[in-house]
Parts: sequence; structure tokens; C-alpha cells
Amino acid sequence: MRIRLEPRPEPSRLAGWLSPLIAAAATLIVGYLLFSALGKNPWQAFHVFFVKPVATLYGIGELLLKAGPLMLCAVGLAVGYRANVWNIGAEGQLTMGAIFGGGIALALHESTSPLVLPLMIVAGALGGLAWAAIPALLRTRFNANEILVSLMLVYVAGYTLSLLVHGPWRDPEGFNFPQSKMFGDAALLPILLPETRLNWGLLLALGAVAAGWLFMRRSLAGYQMRVAGLAPAAANYAGISAPRTVWIGMLAGGACAGIAGVNEVAGPLGQLQPSVSPGYGFAAIIVAFVGRLHPVGILCASLLMSLLYLGGESAQMGLALPSAVTGLFQGALLFFLLASDVFIDYRLRLGGRRLRTRAAGMSPAPGAGR
Amino acid sequence: MSDAPRLRLSGITKRYPSVVANDGIHLDVRPGEIHAVLGENGAGKSTLMKIVYGVVKPDAGTIEWNGRHVAIANPARARRLGIGMVFQHFSLFETLTVAENIVLALDPGRAGAGLPARIREVSHRYGLPLDPDRHVHSMSVGERQRVEIVRCLLQDPRLLIMDEPTSVLTPQAIEKLFDTLRRLAAEGCSILYISHKLDEIRALCHRATVLRGGRVTGECDPRHESAAALARMMIGGDLPHPRRRADSAPGAAALVVSRLTLAADDPFGTALHDVSLAVRAGEIVGIAGVSGNGQAELLAALSGERRVAHPAAVVIAGTPAGRLDAGARRALGLCFVPEDRLGRGAVPEMSLAENALLTAHRQGLVARGLIRTEAVRKYAAATIAAFHVRAGGPDAVARSLSGGNLQKYIVGREIRQRPKVLIAAQPTWGVDVGASAQIRQALVDLRDAGVAVLVVSEELDELFELCDRVAVIAQGRLSAPEPAGETNPAAIGMLMSGSFIAPGAHGERQFSPAGASGAD
Repeated sequence: MRIRLEPRPEPSRLAGWLSPLIAAAATLIVGYLLFSALGKNPWQAFHVFFVKPVATLYGIGELLLKAGPLMLCAVGLAVGYRANVWNIGAEGQLTMGAIFGGGIALALHESTSPLVLPLMIVAGALGGLAWAAIPALLRTRFNANEILVSLMLVYVAGYTLSLLVHGPWRDPEGFNFPQSKMFGDAALLPILLPETRLNWGLLLALGAVAAGWLFMRRSLAGYQMRVAGLAPAAANYAGISAPRTVWIGMLAGGACAGIAGVNEVAGPLGQLQPSVSPGYGFAAIIVAFVGRLHPVGILCASLLMSLLYLGGESAQMGLALPSAVTGLFQGALLFFLLASDVFIDYRLRLGGRRLRTRAAGMSPAPGAGR
Repeated sequence: MSDAPRLRLSGITKRYPSVVANDGIHLDVRPGEIHAVLGENGAGKSTLMKIVYGVVKPDAGTIEWNGRHVAIANPARARRLGIGMVFQHFSLFETLTVAENIVLALDPGRAGAGLPARIREVSHRYGLPLDPDRHVHSMSVGERQRVEIVRCLLQDPRLLIMDEPTSVLTPQAIEKLFDTLRRLAAEGCSILYISHKLDEIRALCHRATVLRGGRVTGECDPRHESAAALARMMIGGDLPHPRRRADSAPGAAALVVSRLTLAADDPFGTALHDVSLAVRAGEIVGIAGVSGNGQAELLAALSGERRVAHPAAVVIAGTPAGRLDAGARRALGLCFVPEDRLGRGAVPEMSLAENALLTAHRQGLVARGLIRTEAVRKYAAATIAAFHVRAGGPDAVARSLSGGNLQKYIVGREIRQRPKVLIAAQPTWGVDVGASAQIRQALVDLRDAGVAVLVVSEELDELFELCDRVAVIAQGRLSAPEPAGETNPAAIGMLMSGSFIAPGAHGERQFSPAGASGAD
């Protein structure tokens, strides 16, 4: 029997909503097979992976704590992705934000002023902004591919941080460990939920989500970004400046990632270390797409991704599995999402006749948009 | 020859979720007959032809071929029966040769070593000379259409379907095509001719079936009917002609192009050479020409989609605008209806309301950078109402509209911005007669209101109906505009072949001081 993909007359809104759920289900099936193959009881493994980490208040705090930077980075990236501006370097911009924010904390180490923290956040945003401005400038001036430039700058940022904590910023009383002094109290984000590590950084992230929604859905500039992504010729026709689109897309991602970097160093870390992020900047790319580049979707997706991080740690301890299992779940999720996204614009046909499965039976909703 | 019709359709019905495209259609085509299928956009012509060619399956009804019931499951089956189709939009690969393009489309077994010779033979026999080794990108639109026709003829069709074949041809090329079709018919091949150009149908076709709203509303011998009578059958009423105020004296020049020279930006594009033109307030100037002669480049340079180095090469309402982008030129009072509707004039995936925002956001639809959703919806709804756009409302997705309806919406969106200068490219291309008349009336009203209007079109009838002055673009050069009353379609047709270009001007670079301004 022949299987064909047939273009839909209009994108299916239902498939748009179902696609992340199908992807999540397929990821779980892969997990089931994987755990079975490794000789673990899959149901027990799932419990360790997905339930145990959030069974306590502290666990929920950790979930929200990790979701914050993911949310921040993903919202910023989504602004650019909507316009086909592919900033892959949020990890580097996050690192630069941590360096700038952390630099302020170290410089004002003795200060107890309430302005230290806001200053750090502004500095972090500027750091991420500056790091994202490099690929934006090279793209608009020389048409250099922003994917490659932003990605390569991740490593430059990482080594810059490493240089600083091994050298000038190393804590003189730190037994030669490559890390800075612990920040003063004025440079730490206050705890939001007692008995947990959850801090005010989450509110910053939620604020970014709200701002992202306002920008993308209600502002003319956000609308123009979407036009640039959907129909470049229409953007050119309407006089929407392509360089401006690149700049807004890159800088939004950079500023948000920079703030996420400050959240990390002024939050759970409390100091600068050779690595300030377990790959939040890269995971945020997945979060942005699983969330359909929509701020509310990103909010949900960042919680899911955060759970995968916690589950991975829990599986290391409870099941003696390697930490690579987190990356595997992340990759499988994105892989299946991109695959099931095909059904938004196409439907499946078997042997020329309409197939009555759920995926193919979805009728195109009139007036559906993505 | 038997008495059975070559093709008989009985009770053909095709329903789509929102419309009945064909409703109990009956159609007979005799051997050797040129049969017109006439109707407005959305009348169901294309669906019916797709059913005959096996692209779409009917929900009900039967098809008889030479007296025998057949089911046409796919185009390959249609071709085996002897049905060929020439589509309105060509499906040729520009980087391949004629012969390569034809091999790709032939059913396996028909291609072979002798193919180039057969292409030459068939194309000469029908007066469509073609060089099998030429690359398609170097061919004019008329020549490309020949490739499509010869591709069909190589399969010895007994029925040839032509979908609006003349929309891209010069008057001279149309005459040639008609000769070919008449010769084919004389040899016994039946032809189904889809069009909404009434004069052509009256000149060419033996019989006509008229469709309206998916139903057959009439059948006649078009040679014995007036164009007005055919139009009545087609739209169910009289065809309005644009009314214009008595020739008022045009005002000052609102759009001035001076010695615009511009290199082509892609290998298959056309460079512009020393183009000069002035459009005054209160007049319509038309630019005729076969597509691919620099229209796209000129329009991009005028709209700001391509900027030119010399600011004074394009002057809009007195302001040098050569270096300004499309948005800045719009701020000067320029509006533009592009020839591509989906993807350029409108974002396919967005609603009509969102598409209103694309160019009309200066009309008070945005406050402090934020979109005024209600105002946007009102603007879209008013445009839909004023231009009788058939759509589900401001929330309908642009790509769900038929081409003609989307065109009306785009024209309406631009006109309602009260421009000082309006540029319209192919304003009625593929739009049915009723909607075309409406769009033309809107352009004339704009002229009467003192707007400078520039129309670029391949349809001479349209230009003569609309314009005060007509110029011709050929090989990237523009002829001097002539008052429409002092010239005629035949003279313009001659200019379209490039007769006004001085010998030796081909490929020569212009190094005049202002001419050097063009380099982008």
C-alpha cells in the first residue's frame, strides 16, 4: 500500500496543538524501549525520572528554578526565530551576561546598596546584547551566516569566563579552585519560596514572557518580524527593513540570555565558575520550538525541559544511568516534534484514499493560523 | 468518424467543504471542435478541467470518451487516452533545454534518441518553430508556451485543454497561436479552450459552454453572439464599462523617473537601460510589454524593493526617492499593487486583517507602537465591503481566497490609503470580468480624484480602456509614451517586439553621467 503526504488547503490548527503531545508521547515510547533495553523496569524508571523529582516542595522549587533561565532564553530566541533569524548562540550570550553581571558583583563586593542587583541585571543584559551584536553586525554588513558566528562565539565566551576565573577573578582564599569569591548578600537574588532555592529570578523570567507576548502579538514591530519570517518578499514589498529585523531578533535573544546568566550567578551559584550553565542556551532552542515560538507555549515547554534536567539527575542517582540520558530525551523530543509538525501542513493518505486515523482525519479548520 | 462525441460529461458534480465547484455539469465536445468554456473566477472552469485531466475526482457524474464510459484516475491515464493539457502557469525548468524539459514530461517509452528530430518536425508542422537544444531561460514567454504545446502534441492528443493560454502573449503571438489551434482542429483534434476573453472566444471557438456558480448557464455558438450577450450569460448581468470624467487637464508630475539604468540582479533578469517617464497627477499612464522585458525590475526600482544609487532617478511627489526603501516611499504617498499576490502583496498564512496592517499601518492602525486590533479589523472589513471581496471576513486566511478576490482586497487596501501615486502591476491578471471592471473603475476614479496612476499590464485592451498615455517596455528600454487616442493596439504590438530600439543599442552600456547612477 502506498503512503502519500498530501498538502492541506490550510494549515491544521488541531495538528498544531497535537504535534507537541504526539512528540512527547513518542519520546516516552523511546524512553520505554531504552529503559527496557538497559535492563531497568521502565515504569519504575519513569517514576524516578518524572515523578520523584517533583514529589517534594523542594523539588518543585528546583523545577521552577531551572525553568526560569530556559524560559528567558527561549522567549528571546523566539523573537528572532519568528523572523528566520537563527541565533544559536544563547549559551554564549548567557555566559557573557554572567561575566558582566558577575563583574559588577565582584567590583561592588563590599556594597550593601539595593542598587547592586538591578545594576547586575542591566549589565548582564548589556553583556548578552553585546555578544549577540557581533553576529548581527557581521550578518548585516557582510552577510555572514549568523548560525555559524553565534555558535562559534559560544566557545569564545566559555573560554573568556574560564580565563577570568582561572586568572584575575580567582578567589585568593579559594584554595586555588578556579572560581570567584562568593558574592555579597546585596548581589544575590532573594529567595521567593522558603525552604527551596527558588528566587526572584523566576519573576524576571515571567516578566520576559509577558513582554515577549506583548511584543509579538500586539506591537507593529513584532508583527513585522512575523511577516519577515513568513514571507520575505512581502516584507520587502511593505518596506520592512531586513537589517532591522536581524538586529531586533539577535538583540532580543542576547539580552534575555544575558539576564538568564545573571539569574544563574546571582541565584543558585552565588559566584562565577568555569561553567555557569548546564546548556540552558542550547536547550532553550528546543524549548522555543516545542513551545511553538509562542510565549505561553514556551512557558509550558520550559517546565517540561526543566523536568527532563531534574529527571536526568534523579536517574543518575536512582538508576545509575549516565547523565547523557537527559540529552537523549531532549534530542528525541525535538526530533519527534519536527517530524510530527509535517502534519500541520500535510495530511497522510494511503493508496489515494483518505485514511481515517486521528492524524489524517483532522479536517482543516477554516481561518486556522499558526 | 463515428457520431459519438469525443468527450461527454454528464452530471459532473464536485463538492468542496465550503463550495459546490461543479453542480451537475453536462458538456459535449465533438471531434475537431474548438469548444470554449467560459466563466468568471470561481465559476468552476478549472475544477472541471482538472476532472477531465484526472487531477481531481468528481463526486458524481460520468465521463464518456469516444462513446465509452471511462474513469480518469490520474493525468497519466488521461494522457494515455489522448488528453493533453497546457496549463496557465508553465512547469518548465529554466536551466534545462527544450528537449530535456520535454523528456521529463513524456511517459517512459515515448522518449528516445529521435526526440530532437521529432520536436523539430512537430513544431514546424504546426507553425511553432522550436530549437530543441535551446535553454528555456533564454526564451520569451510565448516561446515557453510553445514548449508546453509541443510537449502535448508529441503525445498525439485527441483532446487538448488550453487554460487561459493568451494571457501572456502579444497580439501577434495570439494570432499565431490561433492559426496553430485551427490547424489542429482541422486535423480532428478537439480543443477545450478556457478563457474569459470574450473577443478571442468569438474569433476562435465553434461552440461555447458558459458556467456560472458551478452550473451550466448557457450553450451557444459564440460566432453568432455579441460580446455583451456572452458577458450577460457569464456574469448574469450587464458588464459595466469604466466611466471617467471628461478629460480634465492633468496636474504636476507626481512620479518622475529620470535616466534610470539598473543591472539585472539575477542571471535570468533583464537590465534597465536609460528609462525615463513622468506620470502627472490626474492621469493614467500604461506600460505595455511582453513579460520578462524589464517590468519586474522597473517595478522593484519604483516601489523601493530595489534601491537605486542616484536619489533623483526616482522622484515621488517632488522628493528624490532613489535611495529610500519601500516603507519610506510609501510615507511619501506611494502605493503599489504588485503582480504576485501571495507571498508579496499578501502574507499567505495571515488573516486579511493582519494583511491590512502590512502596508496600511500608517492609516491610524497603530498607536505608540502597539496594534489597534479593532481599527485593523474595521479597516479590513471596510475594504472587503467596498470592493465586494468574497471572503469569510477579516479573519479569513489570505491563501484561502481565490486569486481574483485576493487581488480585489489588495487593490482595495492600497487605494483606500489615499495615495498620491499608485502603481498597479497586472491589476486584473486572472481576475474575472466582473471584478476586473470593478478594479478598473476604481483606478479611473482614483485618476479623476487627481492621483497619478501607473499601470503595467500585458493586456492591451485593458491599457487602451484605462490609460491616457501608453508606453512600451521591451528589452529593458521604455518607448516614449503616446496619447492612447493617437495610437492603436497594432502599433503598440509592433513596439512590443522592440522596434523602437535603435539598432546597435543591444547590450551596449550607457555611460551618460546620469546613466551611471543606476548601479545598485
